[in-house]
Amino acid sequence: MYSSSDLKKGLKIMIDGEPHIITQFDFTKPGKGQALYRCKLRNMITGSLFDRTYRSGESFEPASLEECDMQYLYQDESGYVFMNTRTFEQTTLTEEALGDSKYFLIDNMEVKILMFGERGIGITLPNFVELRVTKSDPWVKGDTAQGNNKPAQVETGYNLQVPSFVDEGELIRIDTRNGEYVTRVKG
Amino acid sequence: MSDWQLTRKKENLQKRARIVQTIRAFFMERDFLEVETPLRIPANAPEIHILAEPSDDWFLQTSPELCMKRLLAAGYPRVFQISRCFRRQERGSRHLPEFSMLEWYQSGSDYLDLMETCEELLRALSPADGIKRGGRTIDVSVPFERLRVEEAFARFASKPLARAVVDGSFDTHISLEIESNLGFGTPTFLYDYPASMAALSRKKPGNPQVAERFELYVAGLELANAFSELTDPVEQRRRFIEEEQARRAARLAPYPLPERFLEALETLPDCAGIALGIERLVMLLLGAEDIRDVVAFTPEDL
Repeated sequence: MYSSSDLKKGLKIMIDGEPHIITQFDFTKPGKGQALYRCKLRNMITGSLFDRTYRSGESFEPASLEECDMQYLYQDESGYVFMNTRTFEQTTLTEEALGDSKYFLIDNMEVKILMFGERGIGITLPNFVELRVTKSDPWVKGDTAQGNNKPAQVETGYNLQVPSFVDEGELIRIDTRNGEYVTRVKG
Repeated sequence: MSDWQLTRKKENLQKRARIVQTIRAFFMERDFLEVETPLRIPANAPEIHILAEPSDDWFLQTSPELCMKRLLAAGYPRVFQISRCFRRQERGSRHLPEFSMLEWYQSGSDYLDLMETCEELLRALSPADGIKRGGRTIDVSVPFERLRVEEAFARFASKPLARAVVDGSFDTHISLEIESNLGFGTPTFLYDYPASMAALSRKKPGNPQVAERFELYVAGLELANAFSELTDPVEQRRRFIEEEQARRAARLAPYPLPERFLEALETLPDCAGIALGIERLVMLLLGAEDIRDVVAFTPEDL
């Protein structure tokens, strides 16, 4: 069992018999007062999103999910299709189930798919992915409010902040766990 | 490979260092003595909602307040320090389990005097055109708003104060309904807390239901907590035992009582003291939304 202090972004818990993932999390606490754990939760089966606030001292059942090694094949109208690399069975995940992970998928990428029974409901990507910058405004010199970074878009349509020295057309490494820029890649 | 997430904080960390220098100069000009007291101590003040980090048989400090008041009791009239504090399981966009706290204590003064010092300190630190946050400008050049806790409940909460105290939902209403409304025109002093919400604070003369405690809010951000200090050792011991009983009822690990502190209260003069979070202050002055942007490393970065 988890307790309130274990709650964090990405944690998967059971609510009313269905697996849920915490998509946004914040801890709030008046200095001398009781802690509150404010969560945005996504039902991993229906995709529905809702807010819930927990107090300290509550307990939570971990979601019992199996992880299978799979390979990303392609996207069609039904969603994103993956193949189990051991059984060769195919599973389709919806766009909602993937969330921001859809921006980091590359053909034939090896991933782990979370299974709730027969159903693919979530994904764990490799920690790092390399993507090409397709759009980035030139950095305005002297604009220190941005702290030497600027917005950019990569080939999958994902938007992020990159250092001012990164140019369009360059390959960058992104940490898929937080979606942040890591480094430039020569290539 | 350079750590870009660290590199990009350079400007914030430079500004943070300047803010800390300004704070030190501010208090030294006012004849406060800067002190350092041990981070590792045998006992903190027992408080039900603050979890101390154990260190062998002792603890890391959750606040330097006990040592600071012992200094006052021994005849130091004005002391301040900026020190690291440790509070287990506190991690969020405004919380770190290890953070820096500014505390100052002054003999012969009460919480109203501290409000004035807060106003002067924020004026010394803020840009001339005010503090900007969330598209609003907070004016620090005029006297700050003073709002009693009871009025704040009447104005913003879904329940009157008296009922929230009785049913244990006080903190929930503060966090979810009240905080986000405080400190937008000017900063706000939320003051006169229910006596049960202030274990180290003096009660208001003539009104034992109310403690002389305030919290300073700026743009919805809780910045500081202050008291007219309780100087009665018998009353203080009784309140510590009550807190400790509440901790045990909640099945939290027992904490020892800070006996040397309780002895020192015998000679503690009338005084007031305040704790102000340095990271919160820097967030506010820099317009940072997340506490990780104003520290070099969070626990997750180590």
